[in-house]
Amino acid sequence: MPRRDDLHKILLIGSGPIVIGQACEFDYSGTQACRALRGAGYEVVLVNSNPATIMTDPDVADRTYVEPLTLEVLERVIERERPDALLPTLGGQTALNLAVDLANRGVLEKYGVELIGASLWAIETAEDRDRFKQTVLKAGCEVPRSGYAHSMEEAKRLGEEIGFPLVVRASFTLGGLGSATVWAESELEHAVARGLSASPVGRILLEEYLAGWQEFELEVMRDRRDNVVIVCSIENFDPMGIHTGDSITVAPAQTLSDRDYQRMRDAAQRIMRAIQVDAGGSNIQFAVNPRDGRMLVIEMNPRVSRSSALASKATGFPIAKISALLAVGYTLDEIPNDITKKTPACFEPALDYCVVKIPRWAFEKFPAADPVLGTRMKSVGEIMAIGRTFPEALLKGLRSLELDGSAKGLGQAAGEEDLPALREQLRLPTWQRIRQLWAALAVGEPPMEVSRYTAIDPWFLHQIQRVTDLENEIREQGTIEALDPDTLRRAKRLGLGDAHLAHLTGAREAEVRARRLALGIRPVYKAVDTCAAEFDAETPYFYSTYEEENEARPGGGQKVMILGSGPNRIGQGIEFDYCCVQAAFALRDAGFEVVLVNSNPETVSTDYDVSTRLYFEPLTLEDVLHIVDTEKPEGVIVQLGGQTPLKLARGLDEAGVPLWGTSFDDIDRAENRARFADVVRELGLRQPANATASTREQALTEAQRLGYPVLARPSYVLGGRGMRVVYDRGQLASLLEEMPPSAEEPVLLDEFLEGAIEVDVDALSDGTETLVAAVLEHIEEAGIHSGDSSCVIPPYSLGEEMVERIHEATKALAAKLRVRGLLNVQFAVRGQALYVLEANPRASRTVPFVSKAVGIPLAQWAALVLSGKTLRELNAIDIPEPKLVSVKKPVLPFNRFPGEDSLLGPEMKSTGEVMGRDVDFGYAFAKAHAGAGESLPTGGTVFLSLRDEDKRPALFLARKLADFGFHLLATRGTWRFLTMNGIECERVFKVNEGSPNVVERIAAGSVHLVINTPLGRESLFDEKAIRAAAVAHGVPCVTTIQGATAAVAAIESQIRRALDVRHLQEEDNAVAAEARTS
Amino acid sequence: MSAAVRLKHEAILALEDGRVFRGRRLGAEGEAYGEVVFNTSMTGYQEILSDPSYAGQIVTLTYPLIGNYGVRADFFESRRLFAEALVVREAAEFPSPWRSEGRLAEFLEERGVVAIEGIDTRALTRHIREKGELKAVLSTTDLDDKRLVAKARASAGLLGRNLAAEVTCKEPYRWTPEGAEAAAPAPAAPPSGPRRARVVVYDFGVKRGILRSLAGLGLEVVVVPAATPVERALAYSPVGVVLSNGPGDPAATPEAVAAAQGVIGKLPVLGICLGHQVSGLALGAKTNKLKFGHHGANHPVMNVPANKVEITSQNHGFVVDPSGLPRGAQVTHRSLNDGACEGLAMPEKHLICVQFHPEASPGPHDSHTLFQDFSRLCGLSAERRREAPIEAGAGAPGEDS
Ligand SMILES: Nc1ncnc2c1ncn2[C@@H]1O[C@H](COP(=O)(O)OP(=O)(O)O)[C@@H](O)[C@H]1O
Ligand SMILES: Nc1ncnc2c1ncn2[C@@H]1O[C@H](COP(=O)(O)OP(=O)(O)O)[C@@H](O)[C@H]1O
Ligand SMILES: [Mg+2]
Ligand SMILES: [Mg+2]
Repeated sequence: MPRRDDLHKILLIGSGPIVIGQACEFDYSGTQACRALRGAGYEVVLVNSNPATIMTDPDVADRTYVEPLTLEVLERVIERERPDALLPTLGGQTALNLAVDLANRGVLEKYGVELIGASLWAIETAEDRDRFKQTVLKAGCEVPRSGYAHSMEEAKRLGEEIGFPLVVRASFTLGGLGSATVWAESELEHAVARGLSASPVGRILLEEYLAGWQEFELEVMRDRRDNVVIVCSIENFDPMGIHTGDSITVAPAQTLSDRDYQRMRDAAQRIMRAIQVDAGGSNIQFAVNPRDGRMLVIEMNPRVSRSSALASKATGFPIAKISALLAVGYTLDEIPNDITKKTPACFEPALDYCVVKIPRWAFEKFPAADPVLGTRMKSVGEIMAIGRTFPEALLKGLRSLELDGSAKGLGQAAGEEDLPALREQLRLPTWQRIRQLWAALAVGEPPMEVSRYTAIDPWFLHQIQRVTDLENEIREQGTIEALDPDTLRRAKRLGLGDAHLAHLTGAREAEVRARRLALGIRPVYKAVDTCAAEFDAETPYFYSTYEEENEARPGGGQKVMILGSGPNRIGQGIEFDYCCVQAAFALRDAGFEVVLVNSNPETVSTDYDVSTRLYFEPLTLEDVLHIVDTEKPEGVIVQLGGQTPLKLARGLDEAGVPLWGTSFDDIDRAENRARFADVVRELGLRQPANATASTREQALTEAQRLGYPVLARPSYVLGGRGMRVVYDRGQLASLLEEMPPSAEEPVLLDEFLEGAIEVDVDALSDGTETLVAAVLEHIEEAGIHSGDSSCVIPPYSLGEEMVERIHEATKALAAKLRVRGLLNVQFAVRGQALYVLEANPRASRTVPFVSKAVGIPLAQWAALVLSGKTLRELNAIDIPEPKLVSVKKPVLPFNRFPGEDSLLGPEMKSTGEVMGRDVDFGYAFAKAHAGAGESLPTGGTVFLSLRDEDKRPALFLARKLADFGFHLLATRGTWRFLTMNGIECERVFKVNEGSPNVVERIAAGSVHLVINTPLGRESLFDEKAIRAAAVAHGVPCVTTIQGATAAVAAIESQIRRALDVRHLQEEDNAVAAEARTS
Repeated sequence: MSAAVRLKHEAILALEDGRVFRGRRLGAEGEAYGEVVFNTSMTGYQEILSDPSYAGQIVTLTYPLIGNYGVRADFFESRRLFAEALVVREAAEFPSPWRSEGRLAEFLEERGVVAIEGIDTRALTRHIREKGELKAVLSTTDLDDKRLVAKARASAGLLGRNLAAEVTCKEPYRWTPEGAEAAAPAPAAPPSGPRRARVVVYDFGVKRGILRSLAGLGLEVVVVPAATPVERALAYSPVGVVLSNGPGDPAATPEAVAAAQGVIGKLPVLGICLGHQVSGLALGAKTNKLKFGHHGANHPVMNVPANKVEITSQNHGFVVDPSGLPRGAQVTHRSLNDGACEGLAMPEKHLICVQFHPEASPGPHDSHTLFQDFSRLCGLSAERRREAPIEAGAGAPGEDS
């Protein structure tokens, strides 16, 4: 059955901003889908609010709407574009939910849009617990026993039926609020009472809790002729009860016999048929009781998912691409397998290696968050590693995580006396679990015993014990010189990195490397080929291992190597992958062979057809140097993948690897505080006054000299971690208790610029000339991390002269730092003073946003400049002024971390961002808010609570809001001020003043916008409670006066005119003019 | 670890073309000869080792981690292990304990199977892919490369060897619904079982999966040795005959071809693997040897009449060349990978046969309905099967406990 010719134009919905549980895997899938559909001759219309994605680049789809993912926007796009079909299965849960809403509201019918990929019935059946359960049961599979209860009696009756343990989940709550595991009947009453009161509809779900069961996933594809294939099986190392996104997972399944596996495979096929997934892929989760083999179906997602991205990378089978092709009518046997080229995609990949995925969390940024892992996902990123054995893949994975010490192995030599404590810790799974069980095994706790209290299959634990045994053996042998060559060989074959061996033998990593190379111990590369070498594959996709035969085919052309950015984390996310991918595209077009190295399975960069050759490897010096030795590239690019590759610059430089771009020494001049201060001084620019203190007394004296408030941070952390604004001596003193300074780890102090405007600049320099691509003005003032503040292109409040000065300062810095390639500078402006906060000679988080706002391929230009082109040759000197206003807004993960205060500060906390574009600032800001899921109201109630300094500037805003017909609500101080100034306003209690108080009003859904500017110092209980309530109930909450001003402008724009959508490809001029006249 | 100890554990796989792989001994002490083949199945090592079709072959498993879930009495596909030797990258020292009854290493040792671990099995697989299936020797006793290569060269290959005669059962037996071998019924005795219908299975190296599948249909299953004269088989008054899978070169198994010639046209016939090949030969077609066979559980096959793809379990080194088939015979299944004939039918003669393994074990159950097709061909309605459409015979839940 060939492609459908009755379809011409297809609408694709992206997944919006990166949030926990929905990350850049959907950029990967969406990009693949766009390319596949266009390749098949369809016109593709894309809507996605996330500017940092590859899919929203203007050349990926035919029409790209970087607009908020709301029903209103989608209806406008549909009205304008009249697509024949909507493909909703590639944009995560967001796209699926929107498609359901569009269908149920009749929008699809009205405009004659067909839902392809998954029918409404299929989506709803998979989503609706009861319907799913009934359908699965009918298909002959089992599900956990469960039921809903609305009262204590009902719950008790159900509890008896289900048995214990069971889990109580409150319906319609966020962040797992009101859910609890109930181990015995005696705990039931308490849990039910809490659950019922937490649920806004007073309903709870009781479900059999599958304690100690194993969790598995299958990635399944089905076409419209009912051909079904299982692409990959995934076994969770962690048992049921820990979300698959928070579990270490392994592919293929390791501990299932053929009989058990086939039983699961049969069930998956039946479920695909029962749910009627007619043309696409699904993820199905199973629980297996290891003791009796009982198998239950947990859930199915009739769309591509995080796991399907992982499965694609693990097998080489491009699930998203094939899903898209199935949706337009192809069948599996008609699609060729890209990798073998000779065989069709209708097959089940055979692996001859082991794949391990390890999540990466960000708990250090959310100290108040509950660190226990459970059924709600909390990790912000992940890595994948490939090896020929499980220990090899696991160890490669651990070093890919780039966590403190993870490259050194985890077996911190605990003593047996630590065992009781370790056992206790291991009972509650946290992100430290792998370390803890490592330590327990290292001191001789038997795997069977560890399994008893972790429910991890002993097979995995025995495998880890092989590593801890070898670690002990190596420690006993003493130094690296004393280490017997055979042991060293065994260690490398088992997966121990050089840094790990250095740690065990007390050597330096370079010494381990030297000894190893002297013994001729080097890795080889094997191909990922979908077929376990059965067919000759043309795959350009490799992993390293210690085996006999090397399959690397380094090729002979002009070669450049791009180092990727590793696991996503807060502060280093998809933006850097975007830059790497753009660079790969540009350099391949320019005739280079591009060798890409990365360890992140969610990304576009690890799609095997983005680069000429892909090495799925950890980004450590050891692993990168081996690839360099194999490929011998002309140059290595370290400035596009964020801090990860930049940190390798020194080691690569020392090893004589040719680095393209700013030299290592110049990078250091920008990063080293003392050296950078010289640069700034010599240029006659200004920095906030600062000091370095290595004792407590010194810190207190220096702070006095700088004048409070000061910004304090430990010297050894990056990404704003541990940064704190300190308002007085007392606060500083207690902070110094927490991080006592020393000569090695001094504390850094800066004069804190209160009330300054922060500005980000992205520039590109070819060594002679510098292009200032954009000046981004932040909406929140300095003190809120640049990654967490909203920003605008072009600047909306800075004067022309100041913008000019910023341009000049940037160019001067670029010249002085001898920048080749990208440069990001952060400035603060206070009055007429311009301060340099920092300069990063690398790609920044804002490069993709700038590219889209200004309409230039900045990352591509950067790559070409690195390859030796000049800006003039690229015609990149004079770029046109952007015609639209673009606003970038961060998206924060607080709804995942109840208990964590949502107040922003100098430490970055956002996971993603959205972009709003329009002819005026107000509408652009309104769209950014809507895109972030916090649509600003055009009517209703606004709650105001302002600190004294903000009251006067807020008067104007309050008056406007009142004029627009908003009902105003305020606590005593603000209420008095507003009433005194003649603005009508209702007073509401603070939390401790009685009922109904503001938090209750928010919870009741009768507040539509919160404007709450905090007192700066320790935020008060009330403020925290208000913000927490806003987060929990999805009410937009503005915490700065600048944010409030912008919000009011946005409200005004939304009231003044109707929503307008526009795509990136249209002539901005024409549209802008049209919009203005309409 | 001292050199002497290591030496004791050493094992060598030497190929006739001179390539040598050194690794560690995994199973029994000794030396084994055979043609080295690779299987890409990621599960089912015990089923593979005990599949009589692997007689004469040294099996390399391409999945590197083998033995993870241990071994179990009920995973046997026959009475014993038939593969001549086993080659793996790494055998699990400690299997997942839940359903395991033993470890792979001891299992092999106890059954006298020589095995090697620790070699670059992917390199070996690529070598076989390039050079074709080669004669080889796996030794833990002789560790001299040159001598071993010479031994490999001198060994008997598969071509022209009648292995079916070596692996078939000695006496007829009845396969009970409970999954055991019992005394064969007297030919005149009425068939037992819910269907009151009997099938005779010619054992050229039959897998228990086939017997379970047939018994699962409610049929009485009588297994007869390969050399059983057709009249003797027909004396059981079966409703149909199954020509089983088996090892080796079909052209070198005259009694199997004779059985096929004798039964085709007389009764409904189901041929599987070798049974398919000898059916082809009986109809006048030829068989060819593949460069490297199809061995794995992920082979896509187009079911031509149904216009649907089935993922099948395959294990064959020879194929039927359909050009020699008579009128009225049709190719019903084709490999999507290389176009090989994977199944044929001749409706007028009530013959269906497939090159792959519909009984799976190990592998997917996509083609399991073929047994129902056969039962229908035998004139039995599908009524009973419909009551329990879920569990295919090979994966019936009762067998897992
Ligand atoms: N009945 C249960 N008992 C124990 N753990 C469960 C149960 N149901 C789900 N889980 C755990 O919760 C996780 C999330 O549940 P799931 O239904 O898959 O929701 P999501 O849509 O977040 O993926 C699963 O990965 C599993 O580990
Ligand atoms: N002297 C200062 N005064 C006010 N705010 C500052 C000052 N220095 C830094 N900040 C704020 O802290 C944030 C993070 O600091 P920065 O030095 O850029 O660290 P990072 O390396 O995390 O980007 C900045 O975005 C800015 O908002
Ligand atoms: Mg799930
Ligand atoms: Mg910064």
